[in-house]
Formats: sequence, structure tokens, C-alpha cells
Amino acid sequence: MTIGVVVFPGSNCDRDVRWATEGCLGLPTRFLWHEERDLSGLDAVILPGGFSYGDYLRCGAIARFAPILQEVAAFVERGGRVLGICNGFQVLTEMGLLPGALTRNEKLHFLCEDTPLQVSPGRCQWLQGYGEGETIRLPIAHGEGRYQLDPVQLQELEDSGRVVLRYQANPNGSVGAVAGLTNPAGTVLGLMPHPERACDPATGGLDGRRLLASLLG
Amino acid sequence: MPVYSARVLVSLRPSVLDPAGEATRAAAARLGVGGVTKLRIGKAMELEIEAPDLDTARERLSLLSDRLLANPVIENWTLELEPHGTSTTAASVMGEG
Repeated sequence: MTIGVVVFPGSNCDRDVRWATEGCLGLPTRFLWHEERDLSGLDAVILPGGFSYGDYLRCGAIARFAPILQEVAAFVERGGRVLGICNGFQVLTEMGLLPGALTRNEKLHFLCEDTPLQVSPGRCQWLQGYGEGETIRLPIAHGEGRYQLDPVQLQELEDSGRVVLRYQANPNGSVGAVAGLTNPAGTVLGLMPHPERACDPATGGLDGRRLLASLLG
Repeated sequence: MPVYSARVLVSLRPSVLDPAGEATRAAAARLGVGGVTKLRIGKAMELEIEAPDLDTARERLSLLSDRLLANPVIENWTLELEPHGTSTTAASVMGEG
């Protein structure tokens, strides 16, 4: 099982993700520069948090055209597993791999705190290590994490079990308290919280570890 | 090749909360400007484009607005387009998405 971590100009959680996958879990991991196109030998791709291309226009709007992401879209088509964390989630929505959009937090503040989440794994392959309805705590660190989608489409997501992570206190004002979504196949997960920062007891608990450990199975 | 001037106005869809607009509206009251009942923040983009004719320019800019300049999930856009160098609004062509 080899993991690829995409590095955009502005990514700043790429090394945290690698520490979690390689340092904590022993999974071989390589960085993928945004101009690359080679995903050979990879079993999963992670889009890390931070920024991408300055997030000009909208978060993830320019990143969507990166050469590496053309390959990531084809990788998803082939059934590959993709995880988008924070800015990575924003990129996945701009790419159209997940519906909706992430907008400025309701109270305008940058939020940096641990937050309780309810997990509904359903068929999401990244969350099979968690129980249905289990509560976990993960750190969030974002200014633009307020999930937006029209009510009809949101209901469709709810009905098909694609809202797999939900804020208990909804700190950013997301519709439906959505913190994380999966695609119909359960292979793609986008979430605003940072599981890679909760894989080592020295730096913030262990609740994110099972998410990345799903790659071991 | 003719050159056209365009302005794309991107606004948040009415159903999307605009907390930055609300904060600015509150500041208007602090300035002493009363009666501002609505303030929503959008973006204006000014472009120049070379195209064989106005229709082609509009087609290209519509695609650009829909796929890049605005995110239709949360935003609406309008396009103002006119031959470069004209300043009369009579020559402008509107489009929207």
C-alpha cells in the first residue's frame, strides 16, 4: 500500500500527512508535485490542507486545473481512493468530485480548535474503522469551511448516506452541520477536520488514526 | 481581430449567507449612514478579449464565467460586453448565469 500526497504551491499540511501515514502507520508515502502526472504504483492519494495557488478567486478554483488533478480524476474513475482534507476538500468540490462548496465561516473567524464530530461511515471506505454514530474529536483549522448546498441536493446526500461526518456544535455554520462527505462509491472522502493531526498522542489525540489506518486493511 | 471589453459581475446567490456583507452593513451604521437594509459583497472582473465577432466573444466569456470566474453552486454572474473603446452602455450586451 503506497500513498501519494499532492503538494501544491501553498500546501502546508503535506508533511503532517506524511508523518501520519509513514511515521505513525508505516505506510510508504511519496509527495506528488502539482505539475507531475505520474500516479503509478499508488493505492491512495491524499490532498492535504493549507492553500493552493494562493486560493485566488475561490479556494481550490485554480488548483482544479493542476496537471496532477487531471490524473487524480482518472484515478477516481478507476476506483482509486482519494482523501481531501480541508483545502483538499475545497479542491474536491471545485473539481466536481464532491457536490457543494465551502464558504467563509458564518462568524468570519478563522477557527482553530478541537471539535466533536459524529461519524456515519456507511460505505465510505475511509471510515470503516469507526462505529455507526460514534463521536470522535478532531482538530479544525479553517476560515472557509461553511458547507453550502441547496436543500434539495442536501436531502439527496442525506438519503443516500453520503454525509459521513457531522459537527456536533457546527462551529462554522455549515448546512446540515456537514463536516465530511463521500462519493457514491465510498472511495472519495472530503472533510474539513484534520485527521492527520490526531494520529499521535503527543500532538492531539488518536481519533484520526483509524481513518488513515483504513489504508492498512 | 476585434477586441471586446467585458465586465463579469459575480454575486452570491440570494440563498447563501454573506457574513462579510452583514459585518460591512453594521459598519455603515457606525459611520452614521442609516437605512442600509441590504449589503452583499461580490466581485467584479474586467476583461479584454480578442474574438472574430461579438457572439463568439460572448460565448467564450459565458463559458469562462460559468466554469471558472463563478461557482454556480453558490454564485450568480452577469456579463457586460462591448467593442473595445466604446463607452456607451447602448452597445453593451448582457448575459447571465
